[in-house]
Amino acid sequence: MKTAFSIALALGALLVVAAPRIAQAEVDCLGCHGDKSLQDASGHSIGVDAGTFHASLHGSLKCGDCHATIKDYPHPDQVTPVKCESCHTGEAEGLAGSVHANRAEHPCTSCHGDAHAIFPKSDPRSAVYPLNIPHTCGNCHGNDALAKKHGLPNVYPLYIDSIHGFALSKEGLLVAANCQSCHGSHHILSHNDPQSPTYKTNIPKTCGTCHAGITANYAGGVHGKAVASGDLHAPVCSDCHTAHAILQPTEATFRMQSTPICGSCHKDKLSTYRDTFHSQLGSLGGYVETARCWDCHGAHDVLPASDPRSPIAPANLVATCGKCHAGANASFVQYQPHANAHNRKLNPALFYTRLFMNLLLAGVLTFFMIHTILWLIRSRYQQIKTRPAKGGKNG
Amino acid sequence: MADLKQDTSTAPSHAGERYFVRFTREQRYLHAVLFTTFLGLAATGLPMRFSESFWARKFASGVGGFGTIIFFHKFFAVVLTLAFLVHVKDVFTRALVHREKGIFWGKTSMVANWKDVKDIFGHMRWFLGLGPKPQFERYAYWEKFDYWAVFWGMIVIGFSGYAMWFAPFFARFLPGWALNAVLVIHSEEGLLAILFIFSIHFVNTHLRPDSFPMDMVIFTGVESEEEFKTKRPEEYQRVAAQGKLESRLGIKPPVWLLNFSKAVGYTAIFIGLLLLVLTLSAYFGS
Repeated sequence: MKTAFSIALALGALLVVAAPRIAQAEVDCLGCHGDKSLQDASGHSIGVDAGTFHASLHGSLKCGDCHATIKDYPHPDQVTPVKCESCHTGEAEGLAGSVHANRAEHPCTSCHGDAHAIFPKSDPRSAVYPLNIPHTCGNCHGNDALAKKHGLPNVYPLYIDSIHGFALSKEGLLVAANCQSCHGSHHILSHNDPQSPTYKTNIPKTCGTCHAGITANYAGGVHGKAVASGDLHAPVCSDCHTAHAILQPTEATFRMQSTPICGSCHKDKLSTYRDTFHSQLGSLGGYVETARCWDCHGAHDVLPASDPRSPIAPANLVATCGKCHAGANASFVQYQPHANAHNRKLNPALFYTRLFMNLLLAGVLTFFMIHTILWLIRSRYQQIKTRPAKGGKNG
Repeated sequence: MADLKQDTSTAPSHAGERYFVRFTREQRYLHAVLFTTFLGLAATGLPMRFSESFWARKFASGVGGFGTIIFFHKFFAVVLTLAFLVHVKDVFTRALVHREKGIFWGKTSMVANWKDVKDIFGHMRWFLGLGPKPQFERYAYWEKFDYWAVFWGMIVIGFSGYAMWFAPFFARFLPGWALNAVLVIHSEEGLLAILFIFSIHFVNTHLRPDSFPMDMVIFTGVESEEEFKTKRPEEYQRVAAQGKLESRLGIKPPVWLLNFSKAVGYTAIFIGLLLLVLTLSAYFGS
């Protein structure tokens, strides 16, 4: 390597001497840097692939346009870093206020890749081409050590297994949400920043960029209205669907995990639901499905029973229950999916039914438990006393 | 009760101990269908009742989800329902068509009588060493209790189960709250049946010192003269006094039948005890 470097230097020097100074151009630089294996003292590659560079977005620029501080040859060993912001002012401004503002930790190249091979983001060779973005961000955000150091979740594996990740990596869907679709690119803000597209109240709008219909439904439901009025307890998209590990909602895995999500706020409703057939069977999983929260309440446009548009409004119950229970009638829908057998005031009939059954169970078992234990003791005593009488076996 | 002749033409063996018939082939088959379907219903019902427990989910995922579980639950339920109906039809045929005596009343009837009340107290006194051991007739009070508990249980569990299975149909004549109540009734009564059979019935009938480890009479249909005399002295004396002992003679059960019965019986008891442990762990664990 050293010999190669020396020869390259010598060649470079020769060229510099030979060529007229005024015409000094990239040809001169490539005399040395055209060697792709060229490295600086600290081992970083300083070679440039001329072909790729010329084909790249910046291919028409001269070396000095970016490496503006290098005027003469030989140039110092230490050169000032290139300032992308001298042209890309808007991006630089965005970056300055973002979570990636520390330029030393997050140089432009950490996302855009090789500075001499920058392609438009519509070009599959670009590091920020939609299908490449998750991998690009994942270089850092798929790294456990880095995630721990910054107190961030390791989101890459979550995303890549999500419905968005699948659409992107398996189907190659350009419209599938990638990191940048929700987080933005240069001006990425913490989800705690009210300006961030991932700030709680901004999430419906962010998801709505693609999911416009559902966002409109959501806005009309109780959750959407509560969030719009500033109630931060009400759920937004990511509270139910999660932020990165979003699953296809009709999939068994999601249906299995969905009920506790609603229940994390609606605790009393979850506990009464748990007592029902729907829940007891539903929590076993399988191919047949029982009703989960949104099967009756709706998913996005949840409305109170008092709203005539609600699927649980009295007038709509026959239709709602009838989705699963063919033949559901007015009497059938008097079934209470959240009945509380422990509440005498709300559900007296159920309360006394349960009380009777419990007393029967406890009474029978207590009597026979005592009866059997006494019997066992007495028979054993009798048996020992009256040996050698061979027990009563008929075999 | 019924025609108590052992269903065999082989002459009774007089070489050794004499054996007497206690259960007919139909009664033994009824018990076999009953405990097979009951084990199946318990094994498929418990995971639904305690669906939050780890073993329920393990079991469900092992067999292909609750779709499989509920399919077999319904399957066993239908078989048991048929067995129940056959039994009821059989009882009424014998009593009303064949004019058999002692089915609904009397010493050989399953219906409780005054002697049973006296026996309960007498037995308890004997437990405490305060009196003599009662002389039991054909069916002792705890056996009658077992019978009627199962009878009542099948009506209650069966009715509530079918009400859930065909809820929209039952809703035509049941009030709305009843659809909520049937699950409570079904699961509590089912739990009672499971706890009762797998602890009380197992011990009272099979595991107590007089019968330990298993009372084979429900499998072989016959019991030794010794056992007949000790366990049901009043019946033995009555039959002897009527001079009908000979007509009750059966044959000593063949070895294969005993071994087969033991294999089946121990398996049933093992499954029952396993389910009992799982039930108790889920009941007290949650």
